[in-house]
Amino acid sequence: MTDASIVGIGATEFSKESGRSELRLACEAIRSALGDAGLEPSDVDGVVRFGMDTSDEIAVARELGMGDLRFFSRIGYGGGAACAIVQQAVLAVAGGAADVVVCYRAFNERSGHRFGQVSTGAVAAPSSAGVDNGWHYPFGIATPAATVAMVARRYLHEYGATSEDFGRIAVLDRKHAATNPNAWFYGKPITLAEHQESRMIADPLRLFDCCQETDGGIALVITSAERARDLAAPPVRIAAAAQGSGPDQYTMTSYYREDIAALPEMSVVGRQLWDSSGLRPEDMGAIVLYDHFTPYTLLQLEELGFCGRGEAPALVASGELELTGRWPLNPHGGQLGEAYLHGVNGIAEAVRQLRGTAVNQITDPGHVLVTAGTGVPTSGLILGAA
Amino acid sequence: MSEQGRNRAIDTEEWIRRRAEEIAAAGRSAPRQARDPVNTAMINNWTEAFSDADPRYAPGPDTVAPPGMIQAWTMAGLHGARATDDPLGHIIAALDEAGYTSIVATNSDQTYHRYLRVGERVSSATELTEVVGPKRTALGEGWFVTTKTRWTVEGEPVGEMRFRVLKFRPGSAGTDDVETGNHPDIIDARERSAGTMRPPVSKDTEFFWEGTKNAELRIQRFGTELRHPPGAMGREQPDAEPDWIRSTGKGTVYSYVVHHHPKVPGRATPFVVALVDLEEGVRMMGELIDVDPDTVHIGQQVEVVFLRVTDDLVLPAWRPRS
Repeated sequence: MTDASIVGIGATEFSKESGRSELRLACEAIRSALGDAGLEPSDVDGVVRFGMDTSDEIAVARELGMGDLRFFSRIGYGGGAACAIVQQAVLAVAGGAADVVVCYRAFNERSGHRFGQVSTGAVAAPSSAGVDNGWHYPFGIATPAATVAMVARRYLHEYGATSEDFGRIAVLDRKHAATNPNAWFYGKPITLAEHQESRMIADPLRLFDCCQETDGGIALVITSAERARDLAAPPVRIAAAAQGSGPDQYTMTSYYREDIAALPEMSVVGRQLWDSSGLRPEDMGAIVLYDHFTPYTLLQLEELGFCGRGEAPALVASGELELTGRWPLNPHGGQLGEAYLHGVNGIAEAVRQLRGTAVNQITDPGHVLVTAGTGVPTSGLILGAA
Repeated sequence: MSEQGRNRAIDTEEWIRRRAEEIAAAGRSAPRQARDPVNTAMINNWTEAFSDADPRYAPGPDTVAPPGMIQAWTMAGLHGARATDDPLGHIIAALDEAGYTSIVATNSDQTYHRYLRVGERVSSATELTEVVGPKRTALGEGWFVTTKTRWTVEGEPVGEMRFRVLKFRPGSAGTDDVETGNHPDIIDARERSAGTMRPPVSKDTEFFWEGTKNAELRIQRFGTELRHPPGAMGREQPDAEPDWIRSTGKGTVYSYVVHHHPKVPGRATPFVVALVDLEEGVRMMGELIDVDPDTVHIGQQVEVVFLRVTDDLVLPAWRPRS
């Protein structure tokens, strides 16, 4: 159990064209999160952001009138940072570096720079990352979907899984999003047949295996459990927070491990979460697993111990990940259904579930697991009601 | 060749090498400032010519220049002359004098440290780094001259270029030791591959790309450890010096993707990319060509082929092997 709590969540609307700058989105989300916590910008003394974000800590501090900052930090590796930014806040609070820390992610990922397109900038320089990408991009593996498809193909081969097994994740997310008014796909569930008919993107990945693109901003406020008790919103305790990178790790292209139908970096995260919290998969009342591409959601179930290797398709098909099942998965609709906010919207959903204010509320979930981006160095959280 | 002729040739070689040393020893030329600051007019012409719709280059308060323009900013112009301390000018003059009067550019590797903003004035300075020869090439006997140009803005390095030319004696074409032109085992794919992204090359990886230019698939070796993609240090033997072995190029498909969307520069969709386990025990990525995507399967036997993507970039690829 850490000594920190999430005391505020805030977000902009989720759209396809915000019409505002990314900095403006970040500021709106942070302002909303501070309002939720009953705190003022002047109370904030720490700021943590994604390395990929385009809005600097000092810019949001300047816009919102935060005054002195004592702690600022950035985490790289795209969506892998989602839970790690919260871990940074936990460490800052525990170490006395800051009292009130804001974490945020804001972008015009649909109307501006779209991550799903070919990023020629990824091979612009002979940095270690540029050289790594040079073994893949020039050969035609140049989009996130294509990088995942290589692993997905091997997973199908190793475990006899099918495209329908991937599709069931999309159907489940869209089912949950259909009853979430904040979700882009509110009122728009899909069937497995529709998944199977959706066009091929990077075989074996179909369109509905790939998450949507979103404009929006989202923010979290973290402070000590002690201070949290005096604040407006019901605090949510951060039971555990961890980062993970595995042997022979690459960013989206860890293809040189003996077995690539796996996410060992998520296993590194899982082991730490279970060990430090003393909790186990059976203690989770809901799970929010990163779902930019459906195959990696299956792999996470296996890496985190919800089932054995190759057993995720059966677990999904069993109905245990439905809202009424043992481990309701992504009750907000996930990134496939609600919005693609680099996973931070999943943390906000876990907070709502533990406050009892979620749209698709699970009865007394107790603890909720949240994970960050997959295929990259990643992170995870276990949150619990205070 | 008579003994007298041979001696004269050796004298000429020595003289070229001595001149090269002198020019290299003079170091980098004085920074030469661009005629004009980075400006939207030139950027507009460039992006129009290349059909580059990247919004970062569009006119606006935060306009930046396409990195590939860097050389254009400091070009001397139609009637411009080389600076008197330009080392490339000096070595060209020396090789002209020695009879190597023709010239062809063979490599231009540019590195960009950051984007240039409208209004910045770039300077360039060049040094001579290498003169190698005489080599027999498809064009004739000649010398490879390599220079390094550094671009700065108010002293801050913003870009670099390794530029290589071949100065050759016209009409002396040989048949072996071909260093330029098409290798018989390399498929010319320049037309269909136009726009292919270039791999960034580091000191750790340049041996690989030198190999493909000669239709060789090279695998890095640190002591007894074979390694791909190449690294910076041996993991089993950290003190081992890196070298490489030549792969047989034979392997089996470990996994593959049939790419449909979105479009990828230099590829017509759908196309197949395969991760191949090579006989030597390393795994390597490449496009799988000459196949019906529906028939590709894990475990399929493949062999390497080489695709010339540009004059100075050759990518390995795979094709089915019976």
